[in-house]
Amino acid sequence: MTTRTAPAPALVWVRRHLFRSFWDGLMTVVFGGLGLYILFRLARFVFVTARWEIISTNLKLLMVGRWPDIHLPRISVTLVVLAALGGLVAGLIHARQVRAGTSAVEGMPLPARASDLGRRFGLLIGAVLLLLALTTTVGTWLTAAGFVVAGVVGRLAGARIGRDRLSRPVIILLTLVFIGVPAGMYLYLVDAVPLADWEGFFFNVSAAAAGIVLSFPLGVLLALGRRSRLPLLKTVSTVYIEVVRGAPLYVLLLLANVSLEFFVPASFSPSKPIRAIVTFTLFTAAYLAEIVRGGLQSVPRGQEEAAKALGLSPVKQMGLIILPQALRNVIPAQIGQFIALFKDTTLAGLGLGILELLGAAEAITQQPDFRGQGLIIESLAFVAFMFWVGSFTMSRESQRLERKLGVGTR
Amino acid sequence: MTTVEAPQRPPFWRDVRVLSWAFQLVVFALVAFFIYWLVGNYQTNAERVGISTNFDFLDQPASFEIPGSEFSQTQPVRDAYVEGILNTIRISVVGIVLATVLGTLIGIGRLSRNWVVSRLATVYVEVVRNLPLLVIMVFTFLGLVLQVLPTIQEAWTPGGIMVFSNRGIAVPWYEGNSGTVLFLLFLVGAVGWWALARWRQGVAARTGAPSRAGLIGGGFFVAVMVIGWFALGFSVTTPVVEGRLSVGGIRLDPSYFAVLVALVVYTASHIAEIVRGSIQAVPKGQGEAASALALSGFQRMWFIVLPQAMRIAIPPLGNQYLNLIKNSSLGAGFAYFELTQVTQITVGNGSPAIPAFTLALAFYVVLSLITSAAVNIANRRFALVQR
Repeated sequence: MTTRTAPAPALVWVRRHLFRSFWDGLMTVVFGGLGLYILFRLARFVFVTARWEIISTNLKLLMVGRWPDIHLPRISVTLVVLAALGGLVAGLIHARQVRAGTSAVEGMPLPARASDLGRRFGLLIGAVLLLLALTTTVGTWLTAAGFVVAGVVGRLAGARIGRDRLSRPVIILLTLVFIGVPAGMYLYLVDAVPLADWEGFFFNVSAAAAGIVLSFPLGVLLALGRRSRLPLLKTVSTVYIEVVRGAPLYVLLLLANVSLEFFVPASFSPSKPIRAIVTFTLFTAAYLAEIVRGGLQSVPRGQEEAAKALGLSPVKQMGLIILPQALRNVIPAQIGQFIALFKDTTLAGLGLGILELLGAAEAITQQPDFRGQGLIIESLAFVAFMFWVGSFTMSRESQRLERKLGVGTR
Repeated sequence: MTTVEAPQRPPFWRDVRVLSWAFQLVVFALVAFFIYWLVGNYQTNAERVGISTNFDFLDQPASFEIPGSEFSQTQPVRDAYVEGILNTIRISVVGIVLATVLGTLIGIGRLSRNWVVSRLATVYVEVVRNLPLLVIMVFTFLGLVLQVLPTIQEAWTPGGIMVFSNRGIAVPWYEGNSGTVLFLLFLVGAVGWWALARWRQGVAARTGAPSRAGLIGGGFFVAVMVIGWFALGFSVTTPVVEGRLSVGGIRLDPSYFAVLVALVVYTASHIAEIVRGSIQAVPKGQGEAASALALSGFQRMWFIVLPQAMRIAIPPLGNQYLNLIKNSSLGAGFAYFELTQVTQITVGNGSPAIPAFTLALAFYVVLSLITSAAVNIANRRFALVQR
């Protein structure tokens, strides 16, 4: 009697996933070859042929533009303070989840938590370490260390504050902190360098953040207007949303570049970054409005009816019952909109001539030391890497949040 | 006996109807005042600077040329706008078709059982989707077209029918009769295909005979094209390098090529995700039933799964098409003469900026509205009829 020996598991896997049939095998060979070739070219470019000195020489220009050296510590301080604030938010959310019993990490051993964090933010940390390795000054390392310490302190403080139900004074205090501290940091920065001179990657990040924050109230109002039963309000909101969504952002930026000063009194001449941020805000508000409208539609009717039955006024029905649930449901979509805006900030370079990351990256290839050497590929690779790491990390976090909120499954 | 009191209207300051109208009027007044303020500022400022606020510039001579067209400098700005719109439509239509094909292939690839294929498709989507379109476009323009493509002296001529150089890509093209005739020929073939396919499907539904709609309709289409081609005196020219130029065929401008490639690559990554999600949303039983009927892998995908997936995919696909049309405005940064570039140049030549850009915006909005109307019609046509 012959005994058939089972093939090794690895062999089974190869059969099943690479050579199921003749055509499957052919595809494996063709695309495997293509993939290996791309990988080889990429590795050779990154480690052998690329001349990265154009990046390391111009790192400051790419990151913060022509920000005066003497005021660089202000950016460091801002980053550290924002890290503390971010840590505080993370701690408060964590504490709330612990109270609600929905925390995924509570009770996990420390190494497992560390590896969870590593999986989520490893890329970001790697990118920061790479940037630090390219720098030549101590300040950046100090900033990074301060950032980490402040983040950890904020996280612990947030978890401690949020351990019990927050009392009303604490909530008011926290609200003031979350509004006041970023505003204060903004004043601290523009005190040294006016907004008109914000450049480099710093501009991309700030403009995207400002755009999304400022467009939020307008977007919510437009969404409410479009859903309103009042015909005039509905018409105004709908026309605004549809017109803006039908227009390309780039053309709006060009229009803002030549025309914004015509629409405001002559004494007030907005600088280029302000034009960019105003355009981003007005543009993003229309998209946010549609997102929020989707969120409002996802709240079951019973919620509104229950609120009515409790005798809440229309404003309270909306503000306390419907809107919170609607906004919670659309957090992932809002992050998606933020990512889109973050990527679109590059248009400000082309449209308004702001020296943001992409503009700076093109400009440095024209420096006397690097001109005519075809270094645009190195330059673009750096820009692409920066945007990719940011967008990819955010989109993965938003997917994680989506699973956690259970959108569509509840 | 109690008397039923007639329902009294509440005092007007608590009457919902009065309040809602009052609120609307206040909002409307605010909006109207804001617009009035903007327009007033605009007129004051325009008068102060001395620029015109009307559309008379449309009749002025354009005094610039548009590469790749017969547009001459003496024609009015109005005609330049028409050329710009045509170029926008040209790149959008080609881009939409190519991006849909590429995106669908990659979306299917992501779900492939073949590990190499699904990995490669995943990497493509995750990399491209998270890059700014402008970075990709600068790369295709400055990197690909101007650095990788050879000079005309060392042009690549694959198979002797195309010429790749940094002066553009020349491909074979028709000659001998007008493009309108060719388009009409195409239209006749396509309409015939559609009519024959409908007829055959009707026959198949009535009698159960094999429909062979694709074979008969496609055959008719090919026959019309081939017969018409020779009967109307069309022929093909292939490009060849002569000195510092490529002669014959049609030459795609380097900027057209760069902008098109960037738009297709970027939009395909978004379409791939839509297609993947839609395929996953088709109930699993459909694919299993197809397998149980012994359909091949290709038949299963093409006849059973993909048609149902596309029904789900139409609305988000429409959004991507709108994005592609709007993103084609970036071509202005790369010397592709579409609507935005034409507007920018005519403003640079002294046309008043605000009317000129407003006109361009209006065209984009109209183009978007037309596209989304088309998508809505398609969606209604293909939507599942619920009983």
